[in-house]
Amino acid sequence: MSNQLINLMAALLLLIAFAMVSQRRILRLIYLFAAQGFVLSMNTVIVAVATKQPHLYASALITLGLKVIALPWLLHRLIDRLNVRWDVETLINIPTTMLVGILLVILSFNLALPISQLAGTITRGTLGIAMASVLLSLLMMITRRKAVPQVIGFLSLENGLFFAATSATYGMPMVVELGIALDVLVGTFIFGIFFFQIRETFDSLDIHHLEKLKDRG
Amino acid sequence: MIEILIVLGLPLAGSVLLAGWGSRAWAGEANSSISFLTLLAALSLTARVISLGPLLALHDLFFVDPFNVFLVALTAFVGFTTSVFSRVYMRVEQARGRLSAARLRLYHSMYQMFMFTMLLALLTNNVGILWVAMEAATLATVLLVSLYRSAASIEAAWKYFILCGVGIAQALFGTILLYLAAEKVLGAGGTALLWTHLHAVRDQLEPTVLSLAFVFLLVGYGTKVGLVPLHNWLPDAHAEGPTPISAVLSGLLLNVALYAVVRNKVLVDGALGTHLAGNLMMGFGLLSVTVAALFLSRQQDVKRLFAYSSIEHMGIITFAFGMGGAVASFAGLLHMTAHSLTKSAIFFAVGHAAQKTGTQIIDRIRGLIHTSPAVGWGLMLGGIAILGVPPFGVFASEFLILTTAMRTQPWATPILLAALGVAFAAIFGKLQAMVLGETTAQRLPHPPALFPVFVHLGLVLLLGLYIPPYLAEWYRAAARMIG
Repeated sequence: MSNQLINLMAALLLLIAFAMVSQRRILRLIYLFAAQGFVLSMNTVIVAVATKQPHLYASALITLGLKVIALPWLLHRLIDRLNVRWDVETLINIPTTMLVGILLVILSFNLALPISQLAGTITRGTLGIAMASVLLSLLMMITRRKAVPQVIGFLSLENGLFFAATSATYGMPMVVELGIALDVLVGTFIFGIFFFQIRETFDSLDIHHLEKLKDRG
Repeated sequence: MIEILIVLGLPLAGSVLLAGWGSRAWAGEANSSISFLTLLAALSLTARVISLGPLLALHDLFFVDPFNVFLVALTAFVGFTTSVFSRVYMRVEQARGRLSAARLRLYHSMYQMFMFTMLLALLTNNVGILWVAMEAATLATVLLVSLYRSAASIEAAWKYFILCGVGIAQALFGTILLYLAAEKVLGAGGTALLWTHLHAVRDQLEPTVLSLAFVFLLVGYGTKVGLVPLHNWLPDAHAEGPTPISAVLSGLLLNVALYAVVRNKVLVDGALGTHLAGNLMMGFGLLSVTVAALFLSRQQDVKRLFAYSSIEHMGIITFAFGMGGAVASFAGLLHMTAHSLTKSAIFFAVGHAAQKTGTQIIDRIRGLIHTSPAVGWGLMLGGIAILGVPPFGVFASEFLILTTAMRTQPWATPILLAALGVAFAAIFGKLQAMVLGETTAQRLPHPPALFPVFVHLGLVLLLGLYIPPYLAEWYRAAARMIG
């Protein structure tokens, strides 16, 4: 029972990762990011119930607070203050990107296969999906030209890693998980500061302005 | 026990204090005093470990062994001397109106925060916390790289943030895989990530998982070490940030990131019983040395020049640890120490030289020796030391690494020698013109802080001529452990 639920959550996660790769509106991207956090947190609860690991409840609560409430709220405020709420990005060639994404999924299932067989946890089938969502987030970071979507890609990459940790090992030790959560929170604040610095200096959040430093040799 | 808490508590408290008062007239002095007290605490910790042996503290959360004890002392020392340099450097920058009060507060507070993260990364026994501390080090320094808010500095900081963030995420995945293997042996819960526990059962860890884990860990922490082809952030971050930050990035951050790689390598070697980790490190090391040496001659910015030189030297050290064995690891540790001291001394001298001439462009820095012999000589001697000219310490370690390579990896020796030759030609030519030649320098509103430059160079000279017995003993003990 819990096994099927976890597989369902993993499938949802993969679906959301694909939706993020192809989503052009910044606001919807933030909603997708919050949904991803919610799925992650539900998944942790299911694993906690199934394995009776009490520290996973705390971990699920942290995920809920940080990734479903705090970070989306922070990002929401940021795009309001930067006035990019309704921005639509022109993404080139969504079908090709999706095809690359599918290839990445196949690749990560192959990579994860030997390890999944070693993991004795009930969630072992999902390690491939975790790796796939990490790679899809990387793909998203590469294809985006604006600063905010790139940062959302970065945060969803961390979500994928978190999913890997819960699916492969029932979560990292509490002290490490707290440390990672703190780093992510502070990191997002700093990204926020950067958005303003970039906009102030370049009058836009387009990161092709940030490709001037080369070896002027 | 109590020393560990003081070593970590001082910079953390200092960071909070300076966040509030970091723009006062005495903030530079406060920054140096806190760093000095941290150094004293680190030295007393070192003395204790020398007399009583390795120590574990607070439910095994912290530990000090021969490998990290000298890095703690070195980190605290360079942290202190850089703060002495930074006091004068930042005062000049302030007098020239390049910094507002708020930015000065940020600078001083984050300087101490960076010191805290470095010391935490070194002292923690938990490889998960090690990761958290490395990421926190990026967070602490990223806003300092963009401190001047110029277009170039914001670009450099953004690159630094994204590349190191993505890189270090790979290291987190590696750590998760390590935990997956450890959990089988040690059981779930907090202890399965403690390095000393992992080390005790390293031959029982699952080899396939660990070899994959090491690839991710090497790529992740290797990004912070500045290994080619993951080095793109490094020259930009060094060139665009304030010079004291360039000095600590080169002198401390790169070392500590490499420390993280080597710590994990010890575990992987134990589990695999093959030379996979070492071979990977040798490959990355050689590539870094070669590419960095080729890029050196194209540099026009003096800080970029020495940033590429840092990549080259981290490549040499990575190669040395990759070769493994008592002599190569000994040489790697010695080179870490000598490079850290020399490179930060060079950045101190470069910082003052750039302030005097008002530019970082090499072609416009000319004749330093005429207006300020001390800065000129500091830069010249530092440059000669980093190029591995005897009798400086860098020569001793490079000599050991090359002779070991001749014996165990003969194919690599010509590549190393050629790269060192190219680097020598590139740096020495530029150095000569900057130090000698017609002058363009002007007087500074504050006399430059050259005391740290010569203390560092004196120590590097000492390391080349004579390694104190207890230091040699540390290196040997650490080299035995690294294997």
